[in-house]
Amino acid sequence: MDGIHDLGGRQGFGKVRYGVDAPAFHAAWEMRVNALYSLAVRAGIFNMDEYRHAIERMEPRHYLTASYYERALTSLLTLCIEKGLVTAEELQQRAQGAIPLAAAGAAGRSNAAHRERFQPGDLVRVKSDYVPGHIRMPGYIRGKSGRVVSESPAYPFPDAHAHGISAEAEPTYDVRFKSEELWPASAERAFIHVGVFQSYLERA
Amino acid sequence: MSSPVVVADRVVVPIASVEQRVDAIQAAFDERGMKATEAVAEFPHLVAEQWVPHNGARVVAKAWVDPEFRKRLLANGRAAIAELGLSMPAHHRHLVVLENSPALQNVICCTLCSCTAMAVIGLPPDWYKDLEYRARVVRESRTVLREMGLDLPPQVEIRVWDTTADTRYMVLPERPAGTAGWSEERLAALVTRDSLIGVARLNAGTG
Repeated sequence: MDGIHDLGGRQGFGKVRYGVDAPAFHAAWEMRVNALYSLAVRAGIFNMDEYRHAIERMEPRHYLTASYYERALTSLLTLCIEKGLVTAEELQQRAQGAIPLAAAGAAGRSNAAHRERFQPGDLVRVKSDYVPGHIRMPGYIRGKSGRVVSESPAYPFPDAHAHGISAEAEPTYDVRFKSEELWPASAERAFIHVGVFQSYLERA
Repeated sequence: MSSPVVVADRVVVPIASVEQRVDAIQAAFDERGMKATEAVAEFPHLVAEQWVPHNGARVVAKAWVDPEFRKRLLANGRAAIAELGLSMPAHHRHLVVLENSPALQNVICCTLCSCTAMAVIGLPPDWYKDLEYRARVVRESRTVLREMGLDLPPQVEIRVWDTTADTRYMVLPERPAGTAGWSEERLAALVTRDSLIGVARLNAGTG
């Protein structure tokens, strides 16, 4: 989905709030959130693709104003309800207040029907796919061409795995793009490497 | 439940605080026998002892002093770090180690969420997960690095690695000048988390 989470290349953001030795956590509840969603994944309530997708399904204004761990918490609560572990009413009773959740999801998809094996050096193009469900293709590479650098081991196909659809695991390709081609005349010169699932790619 | 507030014809229930929401799911898990409170109590130990940048620092120091290890590390990161007793979560099936040089700076990010090789680099710092870094580092890498204190000469090539799949990355920083003959332990103490992410370079005074 072309969600608000897909931030790569968006303009208008200010300076990175950087500090040496910056912490990962700012409050005890944040660590509890991390512990609890990890526990839920270990317990098989949901997988990491479902977890990521539930964050992406948050209402955009909520996504942008929530902290990282509030987004994680929203995903955890949404999925525990969707999976039938708890009801929204039970959580509201326990929390003594309303609980903001992510929006319902759209359909996922299985692997591309025709997938090609690529070699390092091959010129490839990212397909112009527009999907309503989960996808791990950042929008800034859609339709763009790059060169294959290497192949990574097969992983569960996220577009399916986030939706409980059966699919084959497939390799990802490390594809090297030129920033000037991703954002013509509007980017600083660099090579941008993206791990691209095989189903997203075609020969250029 | 807090008292509902009636606004015009709608009943508005105040939103629970994040702490109340966490309490709610933790209690619900506990009631279902999932031992959530134990997991919560255990977690800070994982963070403080297992997911720490010192792991990556040991890997880097070993690569600096042992050319054969360095070759194995660049060929297969996951297998090489296992030699040091380090492991990654099962779904992180691949560790790609990115070697810097005087003419090359590698930088890691995750524009879609905030994935990292936490078992090697440690849990990502707050700024790595912020919207600003995720939005800007792919498009304005040189400016972002300069703002973060890394002012690279124009001839240095920048490669940004966006962690979009379950492949994980670690930057292998350059060994600082003036460290000939140093022990692995002393070298490891020089290596910072931010140098493993690629937003900082090292010098012999870093540690």
